[in-house]
Amino acid sequence: MKFRVERDVLAEAVAWAARSLPARPPVPVLAGLLLAADEGKLSLSGFDYEVSARVETEADVEEPGTVLVSGRLLADISRSLPNRPVEISTDGVRVIVVCGSSRFTLPTLPVDEYPALPQMPTVSGTVPGEAFAAAVAQVATAAGRDDTLPVLTGVRVEIEGDRVTLAATDRYRFAVRDLMWKPEQEGLSAVALVPAKTLLDTAKSLSAGDVVSIALAGSGKGEGLIGFEGAGRRTTTRLLEGEFPKFRALFPTEFNSVATVPTPAFVEAVKRVSLVAERNTPVRLSFEQGVLTLEAGSGDDAQATERVEADLEGDDISIAFNPAYLLDGLAAIDAAVAQLSFTTSTKPALLSGKHAPDAEADEAYKYLIMPVRLSG
Amino acid sequence: MRSVPSILHLDMDAFFASVEQASKPSLRGKPVVVGGLGGRGVVATASYEARVFGVHSAMPMAQARRRAPHAAYLIPRFELYRQVSDLVMGLLRELSPLVEPLSLDEAFVDLEAGPYGGLLREGTPEEGAELVRALGEDLRADILAAVGLTASVGLSGTKFLAKIASEQAKPDGLVLIEPGREREVLDPLPVRALPGVGPATAETLRRLGMTQVSQIAATTEDELVRLLGRAHGAGVHALALGRDERAVVAERDAKSVSVEDTFEVDLGDRELIRAELDRLAERCVRRLRAAGRSGRTVVVKVRLFDFTTLTRSETLPAPTDDPLVISAMARRLLESVELTGGVRLLGVGVSGLADFTQEDLFAQAEHEAAEAEADLRALADADDPVADDPEAEGGDGGGEAAYGGPGAPRAFHPGGGVGTLLTVRRWMPGQDVRHAELGHGWVQGSGVGRVTVRFETPWSERGPVRTFSVDDPELAKADPLPLVRGSASAGEV
Repeated sequence: MKFRVERDVLAEAVAWAARSLPARPPVPVLAGLLLAADEGKLSLSGFDYEVSARVETEADVEEPGTVLVSGRLLADISRSLPNRPVEISTDGVRVIVVCGSSRFTLPTLPVDEYPALPQMPTVSGTVPGEAFAAAVAQVATAAGRDDTLPVLTGVRVEIEGDRVTLAATDRYRFAVRDLMWKPEQEGLSAVALVPAKTLLDTAKSLSAGDVVSIALAGSGKGEGLIGFEGAGRRTTTRLLEGEFPKFRALFPTEFNSVATVPTPAFVEAVKRVSLVAERNTPVRLSFEQGVLTLEAGSGDDAQATERVEADLEGDDISIAFNPAYLLDGLAAIDAAVAQLSFTTSTKPALLSGKHAPDAEADEAYKYLIMPVRLSG
Repeated sequence: MRSVPSILHLDMDAFFASVEQASKPSLRGKPVVVGGLGGRGVVATASYEARVFGVHSAMPMAQARRRAPHAAYLIPRFELYRQVSDLVMGLLRELSPLVEPLSLDEAFVDLEAGPYGGLLREGTPEEGAELVRALGEDLRADILAAVGLTASVGLSGTKFLAKIASEQAKPDGLVLIEPGREREVLDPLPVRALPGVGPATAETLRRLGMTQVSQIAATTEDELVRLLGRAHGAGVHALALGRDERAVVAERDAKSVSVEDTFEVDLGDRELIRAELDRLAERCVRRLRAAGRSGRTVVVKVRLFDFTTLTRSETLPAPTDDPLVISAMARRLLESVELTGGVRLLGVGVSGLADFTQEDLFAQAEHEAAEAEADLRALADADDPVADDPEAEGGDGGGEAAYGGPGAPRAFHPGGGVGTLLTVRRWMPGQDVRHAELGHGWVQGSGVGRVTVRFETPWSERGPVRTFSVDDPELAKADPLPLVRGSASAGEV
């Protein structure tokens, strides 16, 4: 094997493919990155049994071949090379990397012991890369982080015709985002539970591409895999098992009060007031016509209070939240104006975004947040 | 050290047993032992009459029964003890805001921090001693009037000496140790009287010929530090000299809330163990909520048949006091423990306490579903008062046969909780009952399908005894009555 490739192209491709390599590989070959050169193309693949990543790029291939080298080492090397063409070739059981006056000799791993990468499920449809990344980020923020309830560490992906619904919860908040996509076939209906962290990384790394193809093995088929492809990058992720909670009924539809607050002012105020809310003790919000009062801290502890202009329709309401959850939601709505809808101070509140105070609330994204109540 | 003995230590005399005697006229002047009555129970409190036979607290119940076979053996009624304790602590708080409860029946009070503080500081030491003695005697009289029980009071300038004083005052007395009298009081005491000197330390000291506090006091601090280590040696030496700088601290915040049960026989059946765990979780949550707290970490404690003790814990991102959340966590933790061989003890605790609860979306939805179902059931019952409603029964989406179904025997903890499936009622000695005709009484004993009840109240004469079948429909569990008629405590009368 022998090929030449631009240093930047190589570094980017290696960095991306090496992302999924395990820190402590269960078997030595999984620490490797598989390089395959053939007919003007170079492909790099990594796999840790959960996530597979494969990237293809143009290369000046002199002699086709396949080789397995330590991914971590190759990533470190390619990142540090001078900005000159890189030549990679095999010499017996070694790989030689030459760039400018640098020369590296790397040992190889046995290619025939490397597991076959999972087959990409058949393509189901496409979404614009940037929109997809934004939507995933909005939802993944609400996903659970502790492994005691694995189901809640996932994002549920529901496909129904030309609509994709993403949903995630850690049971204290629930984020749901609808987006349109272009399905390959009509009447497509599928569900998948994708590890939130992986989905977030993947969507972000594919956001540069115009479109991202999403490939989902239909229910029961395949080995519980979802695949994403865009801009020469292709990745598959094993799905989580388990029943994601039914959520549509959890979202209240009738409210006693609806408040609108300019988002930047709201965020600033919550951040300031919660400086005294140690260990995420609650921030209390009192909405009256025209004004929102935020308070944190109580008793002998430090206390803070701030007023923000706000519009209220319906009854006055006092309600308390974990400031971190509130800030996550306010960041996720990504809108100039935040709308909070309440039933009572112990029931979930619905947060959504508006681009202007008198505009309709954005129906595509909803962030449900559970309040905090005083014990006793 | 203070020049006025203004630290007060209050200790109720044989508290649990005295409460029982006060509420059961027929037991007054008789030996009474309160504690766990099962094969593995221990004595919580013995009345002074029972102590004559050599029964004392922490003694295995079986041994106590051998020593005092004719004593009355009763289960503890914590609910009542707590009510009485609240009244007593209330009286202490009138003397000073600085009240440090050590248990239900014991507390330190710093009189200098109270309304009499000014007088105590301004007057001469003699006047001060006079005043605190008067306050202590008044307190004992007030306690007797309010709850009908005797208490002992110790007064001194340090916590340690105040406690020694109340021990010497027992029962029903008051002892004041004036500054300057420490040596006279401490010298003859055995070394074990010093807090921090347990069996091991006492043994170390004994080998060096030190059995009395006077001998420790005569030793240099360096010597003791060499023997017992820096912190311990210095601490023991200071106490032996009567030096104790510890301040009275009000409301020491609890760090955790926990409950546990030792079973009469080891539990082997997983279903049964789970049911017991649910009950404990429920009880733990009740205590947590009563204290106005919530917590982040749930701990499950399991002691196996061979005394191996395991604890497992899990921490939530945010605190909760939700029974569903806590029992679900407890169950999950239990699943990770190998229970083969049988379970001797189970416990559920909550730590990482806070005073707010992060509501849980799913738990709340579950509560609402349960409420809606209960409403539905109530509606169905109202429609059809006679019928048992198969619709509602079958529509119970949960479908979980709680407690292993109606047939499963539940040896312990009769009644209470959500379980309505209990088929056999169990009457525990000492328990309060109400008879439809004969009124309030308490269970004297139960066995072979019969239960003996004595009908008397704290304010009545010694009452008569009647025997019933254990499932007599006229007989029902009752709430304890307050010891003093019309006192603010206790439930309905």
